[in-house]
Amino acid sequence: MYVIIVGGGQVGHSLARLLMAEKHEVLLVEKDPARYGKLSEEFGESVILGDGAELDTLMDMGANRADVLVAVTGMDQDNLIICQMAKILYLIPKTIARVNDPKNEEIFQSLGVDATVSSTRIIGSLIEEKIDAGMFIPLLALKGGEVEIFQTQLSSDSSLIDKKISKLTLPQNCIIIAALRENQIIIPKGDTILKENDTIITLVGKDAKDTFKKLFL
Amino acid sequence: MKVVILGCSRVGALLATELFSKGDEVSVIDQDPGSLKRLGRDFGGKAFLGIGIDEGALKKAEIEKAEVFIAVTNDDNTNLMAAQLVREKFKTSKIFLRVYDPKRAEAFKELDLNIICPTIDTAKKIEKFLSEST
Repeated sequence: MYVIIVGGGQVGHSLARLLMAEKHEVLLVEKDPARYGKLSEEFGESVILGDGAELDTLMDMGANRADVLVAVTGMDQDNLIICQMAKILYLIPKTIARVNDPKNEEIFQSLGVDATVSSTRIIGSLIEEKIDAGMFIPLLALKGGEVEIFQTQLSSDSSLIDKKISKLTLPQNCIIIAALRENQIIIPKGDTILKENDTIITLVGKDAKDTFKKLFL
Repeated sequence: MKVVILGCSRVGALLATELFSKGDEVSVIDQDPGSLKRLGRDFGGKAFLGIGIDEGALKKAEIEKAEVFIAVTNDDNTNLMAAQLVREKFKTSKIFLRVYDPKRAEAFKELDLNIICPTIDTAKKIEKFLSEST
């Protein structure tokens, strides 16, 4: 595949590297001479100095042969216009734009950009995921993460509550070492019954971590 | 008539002042407070600090009530994006924008926008003077 990447910042740079490693033909376009200088040390002839929205720049690089154009500059207006020009003038089948302001995703798509990527939105949802999983607070990692101690609060729909601990199906290499209920610390035995809102402290082996987390989802 | 002008460039400021003095209701948006100072004391319209490719900033400048939108920042891509944003999202009936790059102006001429390319206009004017003087 022939991919044109406009914008040689961190995103463009690592994308170019990734695509080249996968043996795609890549052309990186950077308009800042200083940055271009650095990039050309690594990418040689696969990087050119120019403005991706200038017709001659795109013409010189045989844009009409490209399968995909990716615009990843830091300016949304530039990314949009570059993608639109690529479609209108070179009939490049697929254009992808980085959207710095997530509000612009919708308008980009209605103006003909095939796909948008918003790092702000991605980071946001990753953090959200972490907060959801925030039920699992890692307290301590032992032996370089072979064994971890987690703190977890039990919700009303948890499968662990209202049952004797001896009746729970916990994964191998996983043991509940304490439960905090109000101001009490309970060292659980087989007949201890966990309740909603209890905070439990669990020792979990690396191989059991995923199964353990699924218990709470 | 309600007019929203994006970009308090020399053209933007001149237009704002002229339209206001003719009785139009004018809002001007610019991201640089210094540029907004180009609007002289006689300008009685509204000035807003903000970027024109942001729906929120356009709404603040009352684009929803405007019949005319004029994008005259110094950046072609900003003008092109703002004009298309206004065309997609609001009912503004007349949209004018400045695009310096003749090739970019050509590429977007199919769209239902009034693109003014000062580069072409200036070149044509000079050519005309030259051909008349010979």
